[in-house]
Amino acid sequence: MLQVISRRLMFGFIAVVAASMVVFVLTRLSGDPAVLMMPVDATIMEIDAFRERMGWNDPWVVQYGRFVWSALQGDFGTSLRHSQPAFAMVMDHMPATLQLAFTAMLFAIVVSVPLGIITAARRGTWIDGLGQLFATFGQSVPNFWLAIMLIAFLAVEHRLLPVAGRGTVLHLVLPSLTIAVGVIAIVMRLTRTSMLEVITEDYIRTARGKGLPEWRILIKHAARNIMIPVVTIIGLRFGYILGSAVVVETVFAWPGVGYFTLQAIRNADYPIVQAAVFVLAVCIILINLLVDLLYAALDPRIRMEL
Amino acid sequence: MSLDTAPAPQPTLVGRSGRDRWRSLRLLARNPQGIIGLVLVVLVVITAVGAPYFGLPSPTKQSLLETFMPPMWAEGGSDAHVLGTDHLGRDVLSRIVYGTRISVMVALGAAIAAAIFGVIMGVMAGYYGGRVDTFIMRVVDVQLAFPLLLLSLAVIAVLGPSITNLIIVMAITSWVTYARLVRGLSLSLRQREFVQASIALGATDWRTIFRHMLPNVYPTIVAIFTFEVARNLLIEAALSFLGLGVQPPTPTWGRMLADGRNYMMIAQWVITYPGMAIMLSVLGINMLGDAIRDIVDVKL
Repeated sequence: MLQVISRRLMFGFIAVVAASMVVFVLTRLSGDPAVLMMPVDATIMEIDAFRERMGWNDPWVVQYGRFVWSALQGDFGTSLRHSQPAFAMVMDHMPATLQLAFTAMLFAIVVSVPLGIITAARRGTWIDGLGQLFATFGQSVPNFWLAIMLIAFLAVEHRLLPVAGRGTVLHLVLPSLTIAVGVIAIVMRLTRTSMLEVITEDYIRTARGKGLPEWRILIKHAARNIMIPVVTIIGLRFGYILGSAVVVETVFAWPGVGYFTLQAIRNADYPIVQAAVFVLAVCIILINLLVDLLYAALDPRIRMEL
Repeated sequence: MSLDTAPAPQPTLVGRSGRDRWRSLRLLARNPQGIIGLVLVVLVVITAVGAPYFGLPSPTKQSLLETFMPPMWAEGGSDAHVLGTDHLGRDVLSRIVYGTRISVMVALGAAIAAAIFGVIMGVMAGYYGGRVDTFIMRVVDVQLAFPLLLLSLAVIAVLGPSITNLIIVMAITSWVTYARLVRGLSLSLRQREFVQASIALGATDWRTIFRHMLPNVYPTIVAIFTFEVARNLLIEAALSFLGLGVQPPTPTWGRMLADGRNYMMIAQWVITYPGMAIMLSVLGINMLGDAIRDIVDVKL
């Protein structure tokens, strides 16, 4: 068990190093950062002095080493626009993104898993057809368009929910609903196909033969055995949501990391972008680690192997 | 990484006779969902290719005397602008039609580039195994840990939002899907008699891979490719919605939505129809993909 965890941690470390490299290269792609960061009317002498002070005349390896060293201490430099530590600013926006992602995920799980089980149990009926149709639409609708439409009808036309921003629980409804739709489609499909596979197993036939009620077979015997693929996809999706919430956050002016980073990208505020990409990558790696550990809790066979 | 416990997918072996090839088409014709999907996809392609030949008004011509004209069937609409005009008096239908070109070009280009790179990587990992496999799969795992959309936004902002850059960035973010699935299939194909026989007969690696392994991976690639094109369409629309797609005056679906957002309460058609264009295109491709997946019987 410990060995597996340490291997996973080791791998997570490699991934973080890779993330740091990409983030480091990102700023150098843009050409000379000194020109970018200095005021437009700075003289060449001033820019040179600035470059020397920031250590940008040193070899790349030295610069990368310095970058990693300060990144390890949570220092990604100072935001060019806000003149505050980039890392702290990104962390300030993390709770909003996490809150949104958790709500969306919770909502998606509550809807999609039962829906997947029901459509599998009623395979070929109109319920199944309707569920499939919903999944296909859910996977095809652009979430920002869905968001605009929801705002237009529920928030502006009928004034049921707030248009944008963060504050009350009501502010959470539309953004999390928008994110959930896409996730529901994917998780529901996977639940359904996994259920269809499990249902043909011998032990399900045995359970039926014993005369157990159908719902009990579905929940106690079948559903437990689809937890591994379902938990996997939920974990992967959660990480994906963190990195892609930027679109929905922007439409709803939700003050999360995505929205904040997009503004930083537009302002060429690279320390913020670096810190954000780094923090999100670490989050995704931690989630994947958590999913791996969950396997052991879900499947005794894996626990033995560990 | 997280999927280590899943059993390796089994490839469906394909024959090389012509009859087999037609069988797939016949199966597709029997699947109503597949037909709807195919029709929608063909429509999208015709729209993209034929855009200049439909006799539409210019998509970029502004006319400040004709702003916010409603669709032709609504009161105040005219048949000069079938789906009405936007805040600058530009023809909405024409912008949707020309926007199709950009979306299709970027989505297809990125999917093709990603498929070529991903399949090569996947086959190499599966065929050579050992260190090659470990290395490629590590790269895949690492990439899956990145917040890809945000990173793409940053890279595009730095490099500039040209069509080529969009295609490159989107291809780099999506090759792992091909690589993972193709690797799984190659691993099991590598153990099959006909591949072992080919190696035993002294065929070069290149010949074994291209003549014996790839043809059997091909159906799966077609299925993934279809879904990836749909996904790319959504990503391209999202990027241009956020202002980092192909730049104005070139019309793009995402940009139309971003512009139209501010006017949705006085002119809902400026956001309704571009959104429907995106959704129907993606829906069509996904339906076709579902049908293909059922026919080649792969689990995705």
